[in-house]
Amino acid sequence: MIRLGGIGIILLCVAGTFFYLGGWLTPHELTPARFADEFEQVGGIHSGFRLNHAKGLGVSGFFESNGQGARLSKADVFRMGRVPVIGRFSLSGGNPYQADAPDTVRGLGLQFRLPDGEEWRTAMVNLPVFPFNNPQGFFDNLVASQPDPETHKPDPEKMAAFLANHPETVQAGKILKGFAKSSGFDNSTFNSLNAFRFVDASGASIPVRWSMVPAQQFESASAPGPAQGDKNYLFYALIASISQHPLQWHLIVTLGQTGDRTDDASIPWPEGRERVDVGTLTLDSAESEATSPARDINFDPLILPDGIAASDDPLLSARSAVYSQSFTRRAGEKKEPSAISPSDVRK
Amino acid sequence: MDSGRRQFTASMRFLHWLMAALVLAMLGIGIAMVASISDYHRLVSLHRPLGILILILVVIRFVNRRFSTLPPFPPTMSSQERYVASASELLLYTLLFVQPLVGWGMLSAARYPIVMFGSVHLPPILPHNVMLYAMLRTTHTVLAYLLFLTFLAHFGAVLFHTLIVRDGTFSRMAPWRVRAR
Repeated sequence: MIRLGGIGIILLCVAGTFFYLGGWLTPHELTPARFADEFEQVGGIHSGFRLNHAKGLGVSGFFESNGQGARLSKADVFRMGRVPVIGRFSLSGGNPYQADAPDTVRGLGLQFRLPDGEEWRTAMVNLPVFPFNNPQGFFDNLVASQPDPETHKPDPEKMAAFLANHPETVQAGKILKGFAKSSGFDNSTFNSLNAFRFVDASGASIPVRWSMVPAQQFESASAPGPAQGDKNYLFYALIASISQHPLQWHLIVTLGQTGDRTDDASIPWPEGRERVDVGTLTLDSAESEATSPARDINFDPLILPDGIAASDDPLLSARSAVYSQSFTRRAGEKKEPSAISPSDVRK
Repeated sequence: MDSGRRQFTASMRFLHWLMAALVLAMLGIGIAMVASISDYHRLVSLHRPLGILILILVVIRFVNRRFSTLPPFPPTMSSQERYVASASELLLYTLLFVQPLVGWGMLSAARYPIVMFGSVHLPPILPHNVMLYAMLRTTHTVLAYLLFLTFLAHFGAVLFHTLIVRDGTFSRMAPWRVRAR
């Protein structure tokens, strides 16, 4: 009988270890599922859409490397030549039908398809720095920005309490206040925000951040656009612009130096760091999410080819985990139509 | 002389213990990674190549088993117990074969690159279809729990036979050589 009990205890211990590893015994620990639940709390549940950056438009084109990046990274994408690209422009927030607004964070996700089947995916935004430097900060901000059930607006006291605990967000906020927003998607600069590492053929690595800098001329967002009254005016302007001529961005890689923080996306690197133009992104066609392959691509920033590696930034693994959770949830949901329909693109 | 027939062959025992360690590690990594924020990427990067390694090993093990002579069941086991033991062995083999394939298939359907290490990656085995991905993703979880339960049953049964019936069941698969009594 004692032995039988002993066997039971052994089996319970094994099962318990697994439940512990699965986070069942620590329900308050931050998990991808809790992150996703919180996004749904704040942005509502929208069947078939991303939990964040829900409103978007698919694009496609190619990246032409000028070979300048090859000394920095052994990734095939930086050898002289052209690789096909699928991308997605988006606005931050969980509501796929929100009205376009100049202050809403703009996103650009890209998938570079390398010749031998490797891929490079990146999800960038038009902010120069990120307002958070760890997953908990991002999560706490999400909780603080949750609309009050009565006023339908975030509680200013909760936001004030959040900011009191997160000096990095206050600090980044000062930089974000000063940055000049452009008039549209086509003349926005999109930044990697997180640091990564480029690994060269000898195995040596350097910290980098990258930006897609538009060839299209900068125009300030404050200049009133003709169609600003329309709730999709940013996307419509992008469609009009891309149908007139292919849009181009230079991929500018900024090389970090010893002492530059790679684990804190809320702090900009000092001015004067070497910047290398490694090639040109050309986007020549737009497509509604109804038909674009971009809808079903998870622009996970840690899908990297050999030659680009993650840095020690804790946001990277968190982004990968939560994007994956969001992808898995929407994959099985019925796909509701996107705000930008196929007929909008044909216009 | 008798020991050869009381124990599984050395290659079978080696494969058993190697896979036991790998499969337990995989179950732990799998359940931990889906709940992890900070270690997610590290664990997924380990999960993919280990899964493919298990797929390769289970095929080798299955072939090896076909060409090996098995020791007889202990006389203490009834015919029903023998039936249950054989069925659970078949279930384990099936799960160990199917689970990595479902993982490979689901990544294919999601159009994730199936990276092993460095630039080494596997081709997709299914078309890009997120509904199919969602289905296989759920299947992967269900099979993982089923695999874990089957492992617990197998482990429990061996403990029961070894500690209570005391029929030397464990020594049949012991990693070391056990001489016949």
